Amino acid sequence: MKTQQEETDFEVRSLDTMCINESNLSHPWWYNFKYLAVGIVFGIVFVKAEIISWFRIQEMFRLQSFHMYGVIGTAVVVGAISVFLIKRFKIKTIHGEEITFTDKKFNKGQIYGGLIFGLGWAITGACPGPLFAQLGTGVLAIIVVIISAVAGTWVYGKFRDKLPH
Amino acid sequence: MIETITQPWPWYTAGIIIGLIVPALLILGNKHFGISANLRHMCAACFPSDIPFFKYDWKKESWNLFFIGGILIGGFIAAHFLGSDAPITIHPDLAQELAGYGITDLSGMVPVQLFALHDIFTLRGFLMMVGGGFLVGFGTRYAGGCTSGHAIMGLSDLQWPSLVATICFMIGGFVMANLILPFILSL
Repeated sequence: MKTQQEETDFEVRSLDTMCINESNLSHPWWYNFKYLAVGIVFGIVFVKAEIISWFRIQEMFRLQSFHMYGVIGTAVVVGAISVFLIKRFKIKTIHGEEITFTDKKFNKGQIYGGLIFGLGWAITGACPGPLFAQLGTGVLAIIVVIISAVAGTWVYGKFRDKLPH
Repeated sequence: MIETITQPWPWYTAGIIIGLIVPALLILGNKHFGISANLRHMCAACFPSDIPFFKYDWKKESWNLFFIGGILIGGFIAAHFLGSDAPITIHPDLAQELAGYGITDLSGMVPVQLFALHDIFTLRGFLMMVGGGFLVGFGTRYAGGCTSGHAIMGLSDLQWPSLVATICFMIGGFVMANLILPFILSL
């Protein structure tokens, strides 16, 4: 039973975006503030480039604006070049650790879940990141959306075994 | 300089900065860009309920919670100190369509006529806020990632399952925006 659980957990971890590369270094908790700083930059870009605008997402899904395609397309190109360079020159982290990548395994969840998330994305006009930025700008009703998204994740976790993957 | 910052930023500026978040997180600590995992960490932290999917050491992933905390603060800073409150110029066809559903206030990032706390007990408000949020949370975890984890991080690492997921995100979005949302908005 114990083994079964461990196997499941490993599968889950490899399927997800979660970092499965356990760091051997242990840092004090306040080291996490560096990620807070990156998040602040991200949040500012979200607002200033209108990525968290419900209207911009509606335009995207109606092919009425190039804006969001430009943002995501440029981000992928810059991200891909960065990942290529990191792999090519075996760049290490600032703490001297190796940077590792895990291949994503295909499962049907990427299709079913992808479609379901797409439906939700067009309603809320926000994927999970923008939801937090929208809340930050002061739209309190977004708390309801976030709580509901957490509930959706919980329900997925509850019925995960019964869903096709 | 200040004027450049307070104007809305063009797509290429935003795309480059978001793209650079991928190497920034990798170089700062071998962290992979992915936001929807936080919804899972919140479940694991608050309501694990003995579900195996939520029984893991979420504290090891707490960097990501700091990251979204930063996003929240960034949103606050941009809205209060770097912003112009000028309404967003939207495509005239969209403006006309929305006006047909009584949505005429185009100010802000989120239409106040759709996303307001007092609308939560109307059918439209419930479907938009509670229903929409549920689909986002359920769908991203089922797909194993969202726009950041699959469309940006996954595609940057040339992972074909992420391409499948991204295409499905777009199909779902097109179906909702063009075929289903009109009914919800007219409620």
